[in-house]
Amino acid sequence: MKKVLAGLAAAATFIAPSLALAEKLVIACGSVGQEADVCKQGAEAWAKKTGNTVELMSVPQDAGQQLAQFQQLLAAGSADVDVIRIDVVWPGLMANNFIDLKPYFGDDVLKEHFQPIVKNNTVNGKLIAIPWFTDAGLLYYRQDLLEKHGQKPPTTWQELAQSAKVVLEAEKKAGDSKLVGFVFQGKAYEGLTCNALEWIDSFNGGTIVDSTGKVTVNNPKAVEAVDFFAGLVGNVVPKGVLNYQEEEARNAFQAGNAVFMRNWPYAWALVNGKDSPVAGKVGVMALPKGGADGKATGTLGGWQLGVSKFSKNQKLAADLVKYLTSPEEQKRRALVASFNPTIMSLYKDAELLKANPFMGKLYETFVNAVPRPTITGTKYNQVSTEFRNAVYSTLTGKGKAADNLKKVEGKLNNLGKGGKW
Amino acid sequence: MTSPTTPIAASAVTGAPEPPPSALIRQRTRAAWIFLTPTLIAMALVAGWPLARTFWFAFTDANLTDLGASQFVGLESLKYVLEDPDWWTTVWTTFRFAFVSVFLETLLGLIIALSLNAHFRGRAVLRAAVLVPWAIPTVVSARMWAWMFNDIYGVINAIFLKLGLINEALAWTAEPGLSFVAVVAVDVWKTTPFMALLILAALQMLPGDIYEAAKIDGAGPIRSFFQVTLPLLRGPLMVAIIFRMLDALRVFDVFFVLTGGSTDTMPMAGYARQRMFEYQEIGVGSASASLLFAIIALFTAVYMVVGRVKLTGD
Amino acid sequence: MRWIKKIAFWLLLAVITVYTLFPFYWAIVSSLKTGSSLFEVDPWPKEAAWSNYSAVFTAQPFGQNILNSVIVATAVVVLSLLLGLTASFALARIEFRGRSLLLLMVLGVSMFPQIAVLSGMFELVRWLGFYNKLPALIVSNLILTLPFTVWVLTTFMRELPKELEEAAIVDGATPATIVFRVFLPLLGPAMATTGLLAFISAWNEFLFALTFTQSDSVRTVPVAIALFSGGSAFETPWGLIMAASVIVTVPLVVLVLIFQRKIVSGLTAGAVKG
Repeated sequence: MKKVLAGLAAAATFIAPSLALAEKLVIACGSVGQEADVCKQGAEAWAKKTGNTVELMSVPQDAGQQLAQFQQLLAAGSADVDVIRIDVVWPGLMANNFIDLKPYFGDDVLKEHFQPIVKNNTVNGKLIAIPWFTDAGLLYYRQDLLEKHGQKPPTTWQELAQSAKVVLEAEKKAGDSKLVGFVFQGKAYEGLTCNALEWIDSFNGGTIVDSTGKVTVNNPKAVEAVDFFAGLVGNVVPKGVLNYQEEEARNAFQAGNAVFMRNWPYAWALVNGKDSPVAGKVGVMALPKGGADGKATGTLGGWQLGVSKFSKNQKLAADLVKYLTSPEEQKRRALVASFNPTIMSLYKDAELLKANPFMGKLYETFVNAVPRPTITGTKYNQVSTEFRNAVYSTLTGKGKAADNLKKVEGKLNNLGKGGKW
Repeated sequence: MTSPTTPIAASAVTGAPEPPPSALIRQRTRAAWIFLTPTLIAMALVAGWPLARTFWFAFTDANLTDLGASQFVGLESLKYVLEDPDWWTTVWTTFRFAFVSVFLETLLGLIIALSLNAHFRGRAVLRAAVLVPWAIPTVVSARMWAWMFNDIYGVINAIFLKLGLINEALAWTAEPGLSFVAVVAVDVWKTTPFMALLILAALQMLPGDIYEAAKIDGAGPIRSFFQVTLPLLRGPLMVAIIFRMLDALRVFDVFFVLTGGSTDTMPMAGYARQRMFEYQEIGVGSASASLLFAIIALFTAVYMVVGRVKLTGD
Repeated sequence: MRWIKKIAFWLLLAVITVYTLFPFYWAIVSSLKTGSSLFEVDPWPKEAAWSNYSAVFTAQPFGQNILNSVIVATAVVVLSLLLGLTASFALARIEFRGRSLLLLMVLGVSMFPQIAVLSGMFELVRWLGFYNKLPALIVSNLILTLPFTVWVLTTFMRELPKELEEAAIVDGATPATIVFRVFLPLLGPAMATTGLLAFISAWNEFLFALTFTQSDSVRTVPVAIALFSGGSAFETPWGLIMAASVIVTVPLVVLVLIFQRKIVSGLTAGAVKG
């Protein structure tokens, strides 16, 4: 017995130093599509390289619910998560609970990223997160079906509705009862805000709140845009879309049950994956214009990585962020899962462009994506919710856009008195 | 409900001037308080204190980003909630949900309990089967039903289409009107067994000789149900209904999993949670949560007076 | 005439059975389908695919989640029954000043909307140092089960014949003896029923679990299932979700079956017919 104990003690002292060095970090990344898997691969590669361990914290798919989860965690001062992935519209909401990453990232590193995003992640001179990937809404379409029925990829929303109708009628006659025309993110959550902002902007109807803080949501163009889409619901847009998030839309499209889909770039790798029934039959383009004098636009999305100020391993966590946002890792993520890099030079990388032709073709769309009104600061979430609820009501047939948007205007003017948010 | 009043408490009944309490009464009263102490402490800790904090937050502009920096603002937060039409939408939704689903649950629960009370082979199996829906976590049943209600792949649309009840696939969880039906369907499916179980427990406590007497009087099964069973069941039924009603008024998870999160399909609890954790306005969120609390309290009080539910059994 | 009644009765039983079990049946069927067959409405799987069941445990620490749920629910039930037994005796069998008020309070607490204590509970959990640990859920779940247990047990206690108690008092038994020696044996079924109800409500609790636990290894089953993102990016995780749902339901069904006899045999309260 004594011998065993002595042996154990020796073993313990032998192991102890290496144990002291190996730290466990927890990272919260996304859960849409293969996000979690791809994040895990990257984090584990870093863990292997540095001799630490990384654990993933699972999060809800809905960005709004993710925010709620992180807010609770941070309000509790919990050290249970070190690195948090945040949405492009969150920095103003969360700046207090993140460390300043400036000491860990030199200007030479930051210069490689899209500057507007870096600026967006800097709150009161504090750099709270590093850009990880960027997003803009895109239109996916079934090339094979459009060709079969003599339709061109649509340049306006009106053309899209027309083409969808033609394809649907023909395919329904041929016995495909499950096919629908157009799917998007219609559930009342942050995704609908992104979609509806694209509609309004494509009709030249502004951005809900303009860059000076003035509420602009109630204007004839915006009303026209929302009413147009409300008119599609129930014919080319199935009513079920009013409960779709990204994944539901992708599932319908990937199963071959939709002609058009609005979604983020991540769907590209998945719809063309080796198990996908529609692989190779899909085209992708910028979103259509709202009529002939409208413009092609997409809502600016994208995610950043920041370090919680309650982390017990801030230095290591910053190193993990550095690894995950590095050009090599961003390139790997683009190749595997079509996440758009935030590093400008990668858009000239031949291998990357071969895997994701749209990243080169639609470069302008990504650079000129329309931002959500983050000028509203800590009130952003409320602004977004009020706006999307009004759109949702219109889509479900509860009132016309004119009345619903007028109501929102009143509410937003109450929230941001005199353009002060 | 029979009410065994302890013989020791005669003075309370006669209303005579109270004699000095006997040693026995003193001993029993002391025992009562000793028995109650652990429960009271536990309740104060997990219910009293948190509720008090919520009430306090309701009068502040507390924000989740910095709970320490909250300012006292009086009735501002409360006023905000009361003037918000969205709040009233959620109040209306919740009440509609509570009344419709509890009514259906009571009706079905009675039918199931009466069936289970009869003697037949396989009764135990059926009784267990009936409990299955209740044994499933709400979140799980909501997801199960969400899958059944799926607009494209759902089995419910498939069955209804086959039966010719509908002529096109319906988006059950997307349209506010239909999603209300869906939520009620899930809730009724899930909680009817609970009602049935409570009613059944009461049924089995009914003395058998009453029925014998009713039979001798020539009462048929229907008459004996309305004249014997129902009056005797009133007490337990009331308790069950109150519990379910209060449960239904604070509903959260069925809506959370099944519907879209627009204010058109949101219960009161959802409104409060959204304000607290999505807008980080703990003040306004707490004000609405306190309102929900007040509504439920008022409702209980009215209900108990109208239903003459006896608390002490005297 | 007789057999018409019989047939009608059995028909009613059949309807009840189908209505209660069909969704569960559908979950089992869906859990055995993979890939595109999941999207065909077939009443039974063409070939049973068990891959969903193994995937549930490899995709995330689902075994750990189940264990967490069991630990939390068991602890909550034991605590609630212990506290509830003595409290309900006092409330049901002893006349004292303030009894009605206390019963009102119990009823009051049992109707607390969870949301109304969420922010305060959040602070309490932090203060106790339980945040993101299982005890946080044990403590917070008490608010759901304790008043309910007290209330239901009080209802049961009232039904017990007073002759038993009087006889015990004459024999010089203390209240504690009466509770644990005289009443407890009679309360077995009541305790089983209440315990079962408390277990299920703790097992099903969602909002507190969603708020007070965030790490996968601390999550309970409902939250784990609500956040299921699936093992593969190429198909909807519906098959997985259904498999997980079935796995979660089985232990509860077993539990109900075990307690079945107790509930059936014992709900007739009162050993002495007055």
